[in-house]
Amino acid sequence: MSILKTENLTYIYGSGTPFERKAVDDVSLEIEKGGITGVIGHTGSGKSTLIQHFNGLLKPSSGKIFLDGKDIWENGKIMPGLRFRVGLVFQYPEYQIFEDTVYKDIAYGPKNMKLNDAEIKNRVLEAADLFGIGREMLNRSPFELSGGQKRRVAIAGVMAMKPEVIIFDEPAAGLDPRGRRSVFEIIKSYCRSSGCTVIVVSHSMEDMAGLADRIIVMNRGRLFCHDRTPEVFSKADQISAMGLDVPQITKVFELLRKENIIFKDEVYTVDHAVKMILEYLAEKGGDSGC
Amino acid sequence: MSAENIISSKNLCFSYEQGKEILKEINIDIKRGEFTALLGHNGSGKSTFARLTNAILVPTKGSMNVFGMDTSDEGKLYDIRQNVGMVFQNPDNQIVAAVVEEDVAFGLENTGVPPAEIRERVDEALKAVGMYEYRDHSPGMLSGGQKQRIAIAGIIAMRPECIVLDEPTAMLDPAGRKDVMRTIRMLGERYGITVVLITHYMDEAVRADRVIVIDEGKPILDGTPKQVFSHVDILKKTGLDVPQVTELVHKLNRYGFDLDPQILTEEECAAALAFVLKEGKS
Amino acid sequence: MLKDITIDQYFPGKSIVHRLDARFKIIITMIFIVMIFAADTIWSLMTGIAFMLLSYALTALKPSLMVKSLKPVVPVLVITAVLNMFFFEGEEIFRFAFISITDEGVKNAVFMLLRVVSLIVGSSVLTYTTSPVELTGAMEKLLSPLKIFKFPVHELAMMMTISLRFIPTLIEETEKIISAQKARGADFENGSLKERAAAIVPVLVPLFISAFRRAEELALAMECRCYRGGEGRTRMKQLKTGPADIASLVVSFFFLAAVFFIDRKMK
Repeated sequence: MSILKTENLTYIYGSGTPFERKAVDDVSLEIEKGGITGVIGHTGSGKSTLIQHFNGLLKPSSGKIFLDGKDIWENGKIMPGLRFRVGLVFQYPEYQIFEDTVYKDIAYGPKNMKLNDAEIKNRVLEAADLFGIGREMLNRSPFELSGGQKRRVAIAGVMAMKPEVIIFDEPAAGLDPRGRRSVFEIIKSYCRSSGCTVIVVSHSMEDMAGLADRIIVMNRGRLFCHDRTPEVFSKADQISAMGLDVPQITKVFELLRKENIIFKDEVYTVDHAVKMILEYLAEKGGDSGC
Repeated sequence: MSAENIISSKNLCFSYEQGKEILKEINIDIKRGEFTALLGHNGSGKSTFARLTNAILVPTKGSMNVFGMDTSDEGKLYDIRQNVGMVFQNPDNQIVAAVVEEDVAFGLENTGVPPAEIRERVDEALKAVGMYEYRDHSPGMLSGGQKQRIAIAGIIAMRPECIVLDEPTAMLDPAGRKDVMRTIRMLGERYGITVVLITHYMDEAVRADRVIVIDEGKPILDGTPKQVFSHVDILKKTGLDVPQVTELVHKLNRYGFDLDPQILTEEECAAALAFVLKEGKS
Repeated sequence: MLKDITIDQYFPGKSIVHRLDARFKIIITMIFIVMIFAADTIWSLMTGIAFMLLSYALTALKPSLMVKSLKPVVPVLVITAVLNMFFFEGEEIFRFAFISITDEGVKNAVFMLLRVVSLIVGSSVLTYTTSPVELTGAMEKLLSPLKIFKFPVHELAMMMTISLRFIPTLIEETEKIISAQKARGADFENGSLKERAAAIVPVLVPLFISAFRRAEELALAMECRCYRGGEGRTRMKQLKTGPADIASLVVSFFFLAAVFFIDRKMK
């Protein structure tokens, strides 16, 4: 069952000016309910423009978007409550923090939903727990926190709205490897525990490798492909020709293929690589290679 | 200090408030012409070290010598800064002027270089980073990677002996990162400038001549990329990454393989694996 | 949206007006303003307007741009015209209830309208052909005698430069923050005046914080590039005065004299 669907979605920037540009060009796709979908593409590929249509921040120049089968711009008016059903976490979300306590900032979204105080409190505490934001931190000023902590507070603020679909635009941008891993872990476990549909926008095929179930690849405003992660990695050649990085491990197995050493699966994570190599040798009947 | 070492720290300690030392007893010497990467996670103290090299900060204990000048000597402030250029993380917040070439000229104007010479050096610097065609553009219209190259041009124009770059690619997309890394490598190769690159991306550190890993205010590993990245367990424990191929080799060796632990590139890895796998076949 | 506000009114070109020394352009614009205000009769005003049209023609810019400069001030123009129309004594030519329009009123309205329009178009000749950077530099030079009175000329010019650089960045940032808060359910369009004012807080706070952070980082970057105020500073772009600058100054003085002369003759 698809939760989000676009039909011939096109978005034109600066319509009628000399700077007119098709940022999204005739994109039709369906995003399955549940699981993590990655959206990758280089800067200017239209991926950020595309996702801003999902919660109605941008209105398509032509084409339609459906949430759960309903046109979100029916009669030209935005579907009421759409932004609470489709949450969007922008790049560097820590820069939108404005309240003087962590609690109040996380509560901002739920408050806009006009929930009662008890429910708001429940949601704030739940989101805080999920992100390892301790109770003692809730009454502190968010501006005293470290960069990584601020980012978690900002993400918790969107999560507390309990959207059915949640979109992350480059959630790990600017973080160090440890911070990246922890953000991705949280996203993964949140997706598993809540059953919510998660969309993650990224430049990095490597990050997507260990995270996404399915991947949408955007190129110059057009949909290049939308498929299960292994199938997308089988097009590594074309993807790196677009100027995107493919993981080192994929390149190694590409080189091995040229040497006529063929594996049955696409390999794009280190652990999978280890497994495939061990199986390969076992099948060939050799010892473990030493 | 030997003539070769242009940056030299001796028992250097630094803290913003008493009792909370960010850098502890650091002894690091950086040689002329060397491309050094300082690798560490956020809060490891690597950026603080960068700021001590051009006297934005001065040591609370120990000393920092740059080109034979003690950074605590206030009279030498501008000599030091002219010789140690610095590029920061956020490309937007280090461009001063509303026109590209005016920005590149900024440092030269500050130091009172004659106008005709400024023009010459600005053009040369812009050509060096491949941004000459953009000289009369507004920086606002450029991509992050282009802005960062403008910032580097502004430093090249001042003809420093050394450039310290503090996470210059952290906010860039892959294409921008590649362009900036190419420019950084060019600094050493073409101009013989000593480069100190502060980063938490191991794939950038791999390209350096020397990698110093800093954790909790102390260097814990120091050597060529091959030497440093073969310590997979130590790096993982400090929260850093190693190249995927190095990690693969490390994991396979635990299963009894005997692969070179210093493998860094995909070509090396594929060759070593092909050898083993074909052997296994026979 | 916000981006549509043109901060930068500069249209690059290679015309003689573009190439004039910015200092002279500022002075000539001032002479032109004097011309327009000194003109008391329609004939002298026409002389001033002729000067303006001549300058505009020399910029080789599209005439349609002239209209563009006037668009934002249409309300001001209308009010000026209307007020002048109603508040002058003279022979009545039209009457509706208590409103009466006189011939003097119409004459004055047309006169004022021409004056304001030519002022705006005339000064846009300056801003259309001179980059903000050049303008800032020229202002710094023109004001430099004030340094002896300890007037911070360099600092002022530096502040202008930095503002020019950062206004587009901050506009873009504002748009981003607005989108982000909208995604968290902020409503900027509906509600009472009080509610809408309160809805701006989540935009302003992050914007201020970001502006301060940028300022701090910029100050650091400037220090690293050996910035230490205006003392001993040189400039890459030197303003050069050529024959064309002198000639245009002479021409504008000639027009100014013509305005005064015509006024005296016609009175």
